[in-house]
Amino acid sequence: METTAGFTRPQPHMRFAGAFAALLAPAAALADYTWNFPPPVTPVARETLQIHNEFMIIIGVLFTVVFAIMIYSMVKHRKSLGHAPARFSGPTGAVQWFWVLVPFAILLFIDFVLMGIPAWRAVVEMEDTKTKADMVLKITGMQWKWQYEYPESDIRFVSALSTPREQIANQEAKGEHYLLEVDNEVVLPVGRKVRILLTATDVIHTWWVPQFGVKRDAIPGFLRETWVRIEAPGVYRGQCAELCGKDHGFMPVVVRAVPEPEFAAWVESKKGEQTATAAGAERTWSKDELLAKGKEVYEAQCAVCHQPDGKGLPPAFPALSGSRIVTGPLLGMNGRLAKDGHVDRVLNGKEGTAMQAFRNTLSDVDLAAVITYERNALGNATGDLIQPAQIKALRREAP
Amino acid sequence: MSYAPTAPHDTQHDGHTPSGLLRWLTTTNHKDIGTMYLLFSLLMFFVGGAMILAVRAELFQPGLQLMQPEFFNQLIGVHALVMIFAALMPAATGFANWQIPLMIGAPDMALPRINNLGFWLLPPAALLLTLPFLLAVFGVGDGAVATGWTLYAPLSVQGGLGVDFAILALHIFGISSILGSINIIVTIFNLRAPGMTMMKLPIFCWGWLITAFMLIATIPVLAGAITMLLTDRHFGTHFFNAGGGGDPILFQHLFWFFGHPEVYILLLPLWGLMPHVLATFSRKPIYGYKAQVYAFIAIGVLSVIVWAHHIFTAGLPVPALLYFMYSTMAISVPLAVLFFCWIATMWRGAMSFETPMLFAQGFIVLFGVAGLTGLVLADVAADAQYHHSYFVVAHFHYALFAGGIMGVMTGVYYWLPKWTGHMIDERLGKLHFWLTIVSFNLAFMPQFFVGLAGMPRRIPDYALQFAEFNAISTVGAFILGFSQLLFAYNVWKCMRGGEKAAGRAWEGADGLEWELASPPPHHSWETPPAIR
Repeated sequence: METTAGFTRPQPHMRFAGAFAALLAPAAALADYTWNFPPPVTPVARETLQIHNEFMIIIGVLFTVVFAIMIYSMVKHRKSLGHAPARFSGPTGAVQWFWVLVPFAILLFIDFVLMGIPAWRAVVEMEDTKTKADMVLKITGMQWKWQYEYPESDIRFVSALSTPREQIANQEAKGEHYLLEVDNEVVLPVGRKVRILLTATDVIHTWWVPQFGVKRDAIPGFLRETWVRIEAPGVYRGQCAELCGKDHGFMPVVVRAVPEPEFAAWVESKKGEQTATAAGAERTWSKDELLAKGKEVYEAQCAVCHQPDGKGLPPAFPALSGSRIVTGPLLGMNGRLAKDGHVDRVLNGKEGTAMQAFRNTLSDVDLAAVITYERNALGNATGDLIQPAQIKALRREAP
Repeated sequence: MSYAPTAPHDTQHDGHTPSGLLRWLTTTNHKDIGTMYLLFSLLMFFVGGAMILAVRAELFQPGLQLMQPEFFNQLIGVHALVMIFAALMPAATGFANWQIPLMIGAPDMALPRINNLGFWLLPPAALLLTLPFLLAVFGVGDGAVATGWTLYAPLSVQGGLGVDFAILALHIFGISSILGSINIIVTIFNLRAPGMTMMKLPIFCWGWLITAFMLIATIPVLAGAITMLLTDRHFGTHFFNAGGGGDPILFQHLFWFFGHPEVYILLLPLWGLMPHVLATFSRKPIYGYKAQVYAFIAIGVLSVIVWAHHIFTAGLPVPALLYFMYSTMAISVPLAVLFFCWIATMWRGAMSFETPMLFAQGFIVLFGVAGLTGLVLADVAADAQYHHSYFVVAHFHYALFAGGIMGVMTGVYYWLPKWTGHMIDERLGKLHFWLTIVSFNLAFMPQFFVGLAGMPRRIPDYALQFAEFNAISTVGAFILGFSQLLFAYNVWKCMRGGEKAAGRAWEGADGLEWELASPPPHHSWETPPAIR
């Protein structure tokens, strides 16, 4: 079953008309709009929604009362009605002082009792990451994708936007989940308390799923934590919420919540996939195999910055075609890693830039394939190749 | 303190005043400098506005139509920096320059040459900020700062030369603000007319006095943070790099230690202006003068101890979350004092609704929306949903457009007759008001809803369920933007001529500035007036 947050999604050609209809007839358009948080599916999100609704009523009443008084005054106390101006400039006498102080007593009550106490409870619950966690999910933000790790099951994968670039460039009709779809969904069991650990490799990202009521920054070099207990199966979508560079808007989060047995099955199949991938690193790959796999990896991982044709977007994102590093020697003396060489750069990244250390996110096969591809495509023709087994060995070397 | 005003020997400078460009470059007259501040502010308001209209045009529909994300990121950040540092702050300083000497019975500002320097630092700073756009056209660098106005490290460490330009521009803006602040403090403390005790000081001057102290307290912290950023970028330090023992969150603490007071720095001078306008058009004395002054002081103090409510999602410990939540909520008390006094000033008056009064009342209502949504933003749990979303964008535009820009327009319409000697075109002014208030709400009210629905801020493209609200918002933004041309036209028209304004341009106006002719003489008060 798929839950889509109660969003109503009119057809693209209707949108234009819808916008203008809304200007003309707000009441008629009411039904088509989302006026509030999407339906909550965790205890924290439910509590947040409830608090939000209460607060909106409180501030709505405050607004109405205060400005009703002002508007009454604007209507009654006009020069054009011949109203003679009073001369007072402050409260005089005990009764007036009483009426002056009452609003502030009410405000203090609203601030620190009516709003303050539920807020306290909600904060304490929200930050309760340490107790009774059933499992751990580690999330690593990186430009511009998320890596998910399940430490107990030894599963690790990267999840990136799967919306085709043609849809973004308006060359194709936009799909139902435009910009909110990924290649690898993160799967979590329903009803279990998941402790989420967050970090980042490059800049600060923020992991946000509105229906979970959870938004937490992923900070490079530090761990942050939060938690979810998803109450209903479904697919829940969110986005990176902290400006993190060029493709900040293209870094969705998609969580599929499934019942416990289904989750266990998913864990097993994911483990199998990873074992198969690891086994791939043991055998010798042909150049054609590497090039085919490399093209796939390049387009998923590298083309965002270096562009599909390898021309890059200089100066921030250098070209790979004819690049000194890419066309330079594959490895150093004796088959060792050459500092700032091609393999080193792909494995370890370049600090202070968007070029990340792909050793953390890509498998040996992926790395060998993409390096081989970059050296023999995109206008480059060094003719050499590197095997997954070599990458596996080089991983152990210091950068 | 004693101060002997200069003898009136150079009242007209006997024809020695330089003319043309040299006059404006070398002027030390508070009115000339005030005028330059205000015109510069108006120009930069349109520059910043044009940037955001380009952004809104891109956001009209899902998909990338007009620009690439890199350029989009540059526009949103530079829009904010231009509006804050080159439009709103100079406008308030322009008011201070024009009005403080008139209102306290002084011949000029206390430090006229510093005053000149303070203004002439602004154009180079604005140029530095926007130059990278042009450089990129010629293939130098990759454009302006693309980190948003908050310049969060490590994104800003990673950024291109636009970040360096922004750092240098902010340093220069900061020096200008500090010079202006020193001048205002010295003027208010030393040049008040005899008999004007601090508790008789016009409330606008009180607003600015507190603002000036806040600037001096917080600008150096910003300067420190961006200098650390500069050395992280180029000189191998690791203040904000965990790999070298630093902490990216340190930058956020330092930034918001400046950034939160900055909001009040933008607004306090305008909160000081409101009572004057409301009293004038209600034909009644200001209600609760002392209470408002104490509220200003309380806001000034509270503003520097609540900064971390901007970083609730960064993962602060629970006690810190609770402290920053409750201290932020406490700000609602002095703000409620101001609202109470504003409404009580109108209560049982004899109101008339000239353009400045309309803007003042529009300001109060819309700023009320900002204040109340600010109250719910203080709640840590709810903030987890609002934060980084369009809800926040709507909230601070209610504060900074309705509170800031509309406050500035209130002041301009209110004082323009005094400055130019001509009444404004009321018909145009009212048209401008109604267009502004309707289109403003059309532009920003939908952003509250789209934020609640889950749209993050600072994204160049969005999922389909956000499309309708964004389309409405863009239509509103364009009407809002183009309506402001009416404002510029009205100001220009008023400068050129119109119905002659009396010294007391508005019937109910009270205060020293209205005792002088319109426009006032070159050295405003040559002999200090006696205060009753």
